[in-house]
Amino acid sequence: MTSNVADEAEDSKPGLFSRMRSGLSKTRSRFVDGIGRAFLGEKEIDDDLLEQIEATLLTSDVGVEATREVITNLTQKIARRALNDSRALFDSLKSELVGLLAASESPLVIDSSKKPFVIVMVGVNGAGKTTSIGKLANLLKQQGKTVMLAAGDTFRAAAVEQLSVWGDRLDLPVISQGNGADSASVIFDAMAAARSRDIDVLIADTAGRLQNKKNLMDELSKINRVLARQDPDAPHAVLLALDAGTGQNAISQAREFQSAVNVTGLILTKLDGTAKGGVIFAIARQLRLPIHFVGVGEKLDDMRAFSAQQFVDALFDDDEFSDVQN
Amino acid sequence: MFESLADRLGATLSSLTGKSRLTEENIQGTLREVRLALLEADVALSVAKDFVEQVSIRAVGQEVSSSLSPGQVFVKIVNEELVRIMGEAEGLNLNTQPPAIILLAGLQGAGKTTSAAKLAYWLKKREKKSVMVVSADVYRPAAIDQLRTLAAEAEVTFCESSPDQKPLDIVRSAVDQAKKQFADVLIVDTAGRLHVDEAMMAEIKQLHDVLSPAETLFVVDSMTGQDAANTAQSFNEVLPLTGVILTKTDGDARGGAALSVRSITGKPIKFMAVGETIDALDAFYPDRIAGRILGMGDVLSLIEEAEQKIDKKKAEKLARKIKKGKKFDLEDFRDQIQQMNNMGGITGMLDKLPGMGKAAQAAQDKMSDNMFGQMEAIINSMTPGERHYPDSINGSRKKRIAGGSGTQIQDINRLLKQHKQMQKMMKKLTKKGGMANMMRGMGGMMQSPGGGMPRG
Ligand SMILES: Nc1nc2c(ncn2[C@@H]2O[C@H](COP(=O)(O)OP(=O)(O)OP(=O)(O)O)[C@@H](O)[C@H]2O)c(=O)[nH]1
Ligand SMILES: Nc1nc2c(ncn2[C@@H]2O[C@H](COP(=O)(O)OP(=O)(O)OP(=O)(O)O)[C@@H](O)[C@H]2O)c(=O)[nH]1
Ligand SMILES: [Mg+2]
Ligand SMILES: [Mg+2]
Repeated sequence: MTSNVADEAEDSKPGLFSRMRSGLSKTRSRFVDGIGRAFLGEKEIDDDLLEQIEATLLTSDVGVEATREVITNLTQKIARRALNDSRALFDSLKSELVGLLAASESPLVIDSSKKPFVIVMVGVNGAGKTTSIGKLANLLKQQGKTVMLAAGDTFRAAAVEQLSVWGDRLDLPVISQGNGADSASVIFDAMAAARSRDIDVLIADTAGRLQNKKNLMDELSKINRVLARQDPDAPHAVLLALDAGTGQNAISQAREFQSAVNVTGLILTKLDGTAKGGVIFAIARQLRLPIHFVGVGEKLDDMRAFSAQQFVDALFDDDEFSDVQN
Repeated sequence: MFESLADRLGATLSSLTGKSRLTEENIQGTLREVRLALLEADVALSVAKDFVEQVSIRAVGQEVSSSLSPGQVFVKIVNEELVRIMGEAEGLNLNTQPPAIILLAGLQGAGKTTSAAKLAYWLKKREKKSVMVVSADVYRPAAIDQLRTLAAEAEVTFCESSPDQKPLDIVRSAVDQAKKQFADVLIVDTAGRLHVDEAMMAEIKQLHDVLSPAETLFVVDSMTGQDAANTAQSFNEVLPLTGVILTKTDGDARGGAALSVRSITGKPIKFMAVGETIDALDAFYPDRIAGRILGMGDVLSLIEEAEQKIDKKKAEKLARKIKKGKKFDLEDFRDQIQQMNNMGGITGMLDKLPGMGKAAQAAQDKMSDNMFGQMEAIINSMTPGERHYPDSINGSRKKRIAGGSGTQIQDINRLLKQHKQMQKMMKKLTKKGGMANMMRGMGGMMQSPGGGMPRG
């Protein structure tokens, strides 16, 4: 087998970025010719492996652009012969990916000098806002904080009842004014109530809304403005719930919510399914948003602190990679 | 916002101009672009690969006609293929011994409960059916309350259930109730579930076995990414799906999930959900979603219309003239206006352009299509010299023209401004060529503040 092997593979099975990679193939072929295939054994870096990696990134919703960058970096390293076998390749790949998310790995910090510390939960419809509020309240309660919930979703059918169920389960007060009430005033009143009852943290639910609906986004901004009347720093945190199953639209979700209400951090929900949530690479880089938590189920304790390493490991934990990684 | 497929294909295909046939070699780069465009629209990787292969088979050997650029020919093929795969708009099939049962299934938060109520409302309103709904979701907090509220809004019968009951018992008694009350249709809402949750998948299979539904609809969020493929595959294996409801299409996601789900299950998309209210349900239009996935509205039907309606001779004359470096004068502008008028006016046109839905609405609000008539009248009131040298139109001339055309000075000013913009655009256009580009440019012109219309 000589250099044509790679070239042929290139032609018959063009990967998305094969143009970019053709440089690599030549380098690698020379490499193979020089040292001999035998030395490389099963752990050889070949086009197949790169294509698998590329496919894994793409099917994890990492997106075309970010995938292209990662693959380009890898091929450059390979061309420079900085990577000798697939093991080194994976180490390098993973550490690069972890690096992209490292800055986002930042916990939600509750400033106890703010009382109540007000958290507003936002996101598109069905992303997991209300459920995440239950989980977060549970966590804070376990840390010994007093927590109150505000039923700021006054629009969706039975949204108030849904939050109340979580309040009951956790034995927490839920402030509500029923359906159709003005969301901003519900949350405003809840903040006043929390203050008078010396509550540590107030978590406010809001109705799901698609980011392209300007009037609904304006309504959210209004919540921020109204709260600032009680405390210029309020809300102290605005958390965006993002469904891990979402594709590239998540980028515009993050951008639009950030510009409307100054999102301070993300919760990536529904990671217990097969969706990988790879779109957060693009979000982390473009918007530099911290990712505080991941949701891994529908129960109270199904929430974890976000870990870049675990997240990246999960991208490649499929069988096809098991033999080349460890 | 989205780069249209037509634009991106333009670059890879420019080398093709002058060639009369698409061949395997000369479309390689273009196929790659199509694949990337599909991925950016969240079409599942495997589906995108298959699709591109299909397109390639169709494209090779295709003649490039003289009236369309190779890019347009290609876009046409891609679009036709996409529409073909998307299938026909299909309604519900409820021809069975009543109550006809509709079972809804899908991931958490996809929009099942809302869709259950919307379907009930649809059937009640449009098909005059008596409809009962029931919730077998005993897991999500207040799921049953949610459906009860929505059922009241839709004014359909709600069959009570409680989180203490077993889903199987709930649906059994609901069927009894529906029979007793002579309901035509029973819609069963179920809890959201992950396709990898074996216990929950076994549960819904059991519900299905007991119910033998006339329709088993998979509800999927149009914002879903690559995972749509896994999910659709698994639900389709466990349940004999009869169709799909695509939700949250009022958002701005490209909706590649629609193609993924459709090609993987082979099941028709029967409805698109377009909002949170009870009436926000639409029949499915394959061409609409195809244009959206490709990010180009239906530029294509515009291309077709253009082919039919544009006076080719005039268009060619204009093209030659501009290519020679001659300027685009007000007489040319009038020709353009007449042609646009032939194509259904501004609103008809904007409607078809990508991302212009809002603009079309605004256009409707702000100006009527007879604005074209007004523009024509203004130009008709000018002397040939003025038409040729618009810069010569000073204050007193404007007054005369306004008087002659029954318009205001500001109308004249606006027209002159629009003409300037059009002139600029024509310059750019002749570099790239293509009707689609021109039409896009026109949309932009009409949308800009100078064009007399607010941004949508
Ligand atoms: N499997 C799984 N399901 C989740 C997770 N988080 C939320 N869910 C489910 O997703 C569905 C929607 O969650 P909600 O919390 O109601 O979402 P929301 O954003 O408040 O929805 P709206 O208020 O309607 O916009 C529910 O069925 C939840 O149980 C998660 O991490 N994993
Ligand atoms: N904008 C918009 N929102 C929608 C649409 N369909 C549903 N929703 C919203 O999406 C959210 C979730 O809808 P549900 O009907 O509760 O979803 P579900 O599949 O029943 O959720 P689970 O029962 O928790 O699995 C709610 O906020 C709905 O109002 C739609 O077509 N457009
Ligand atoms: Mg909610
Ligand atoms: Mg539901």
